[in-house]
Amino acid sequence: MTRAPDDWLHAAKMDADRRGLPALKPLLTALADATRVLREASWTHDALGSPSTSDDPESTQPRDEPR
Amino acid sequence: MTTVWCEQPIHRVATAIETGVVSVSEVIDSVLDRIATRDPVLNAYTTVFDESARREADQADRLIATGQYRGPLHGVPLSIKDLVDVAGAPTTCASRASDSSMARADARAVAHLRHAGAIVIGKCNLHEFAFGTTGEDSYFGPTLHPLDQTRSPGGSSSGSAVSVSTGMAFGSVGTDTGGSIRIPSAACGLVGLKPTFGEISCDGVVPLAPSLDHVGPLTRCVADARLLFETMRDGSSAGKHATVPVKQALGCPRPFFLERLDDEIRASFEQALSRLQSAGWTIGDTAVHHAHYSPVVCLHLVLSEAAATHARGLTERPNRYTDGVRLRLELGRYVMGEDYARAQHGRNLLSHAIDATLADYDALVLPTLPIPAPRLATTTVDIGGVEEPLRNVMLRLTQLFNATGHPAVSLPCGLTTSGLPCGLQLIGARNRTNHLLDVAELCEAVLSEG
Repeated sequence: MTRAPDDWLHAAKMDADRRGLPALKPLLTALADATRVLREASWTHDALGSPSTSDDPESTQPRDEPR
Repeated sequence: MTTVWCEQPIHRVATAIETGVVSVSEVIDSVLDRIATRDPVLNAYTTVFDESARREADQADRLIATGQYRGPLHGVPLSIKDLVDVAGAPTTCASRASDSSMARADARAVAHLRHAGAIVIGKCNLHEFAFGTTGEDSYFGPTLHPLDQTRSPGGSSSGSAVSVSTGMAFGSVGTDTGGSIRIPSAACGLVGLKPTFGEISCDGVVPLAPSLDHVGPLTRCVADARLLFETMRDGSSAGKHATVPVKQALGCPRPFFLERLDDEIRASFEQALSRLQSAGWTIGDTAVHHAHYSPVVCLHLVLSEAAATHARGLTERPNRYTDGVRLRLELGRYVMGEDYARAQHGRNLLSHAIDATLADYDALVLPTLPIPAPRLATTTVDIGGVEEPLRNVMLRLTQLFNATGHPAVSLPCGLTTSGLPCGLQLIGARNRTNHLLDVAELCEAVLSEG
């Protein structure tokens, strides 16, 4: 399964349908939203040292409150 | 004036039992009468041990008659959340999916209470497998709020809270994975303590998310919470106060935590802070770095761990769970390992951030629950024009301290205009639960005046 949240969400919803759990789909959407926020946290480790990596944890300012 | 024994705090009935003012049998009868009167409607109990309780009461009275008083829990009836093993009874977890075999032994915390003389009066209803904040999803049906039966008493330790608040037990053993002791305590006007992670053993307790699960008491006052906490922890005799002086300084982390509150909860909380200040307490505005991330960190932790805990149940008997609980458990199976790792890293940062924030204060102070007890069947809540799932709202102020392991206690701090209780939460330094209780006892004295 791909690791990008949008692709992951698409695949997860198809899997929920396949398993007869369509009621799971709104929850998967909410989980995907939360996962995006988690991944964009500036304290997330990144071996490539992308701009989102910060040595100063206090510089973190979430763009918006996660739901 | 006649004393209604079942409504007294433990320390008061204990004195009466020790001095012979009342017998244990009379106390048990008082509680069983109350259960017979109130529980058919409120549905707090899954099982009541009336026969064994009466038998144990006779034995307790005989021990007193022969000079063998065992201490302040001698003959005191307590209720136990039905997620916690009581020897000879099934641990139902309020679910058709649970293993219905009898527990062979008491959970360790229950064994400590019995050893101190307590009598287990019954097992309490809960949100199925403790995975919910209202108590509505239960094989036994919902527990109802004693002050307004159209409302939830909060959960997941819903029956525990109702049993104590209505005189159907003197105290209860609950569990707390995201707020399940503190939330119903706040909604029902009780004291609810989640100790430091690991201070009370979870042996004999059905897990939900093992790195977040805590056992603790729900009681009518802080002194009673301390008594049950000290009794339930292992090596309790060594636990008596590493004395740290109380500075009478509380830090209030307003960013994130106080941004979305029901108006009446906010007013009650601010009034409580004013009363504490008038009594000589310093209340400092502060902040917990990264606090905005706490919902997503906690979500990924609890979903992953709960899915792992219930993997066999979801495979072998998925249709035996209630719909809501099954869906949330299934959701956890979709969390990726890399995101669990990210959440663990966030948890560590948040733990250190709380430690740093606590350095200048005895404790942090927050409301416990952002809303009053919700009406049954509520799914979303609108606060200040923002609509959120009820579950997210109810967990917002409590769940972080499960992830970090800091001890936290909820105290009553007033009523809404419709008479529903509001809760004030104090969060202390890890492994200083007794210091937190010292602080809570002083705050309780101020907040309970007039």
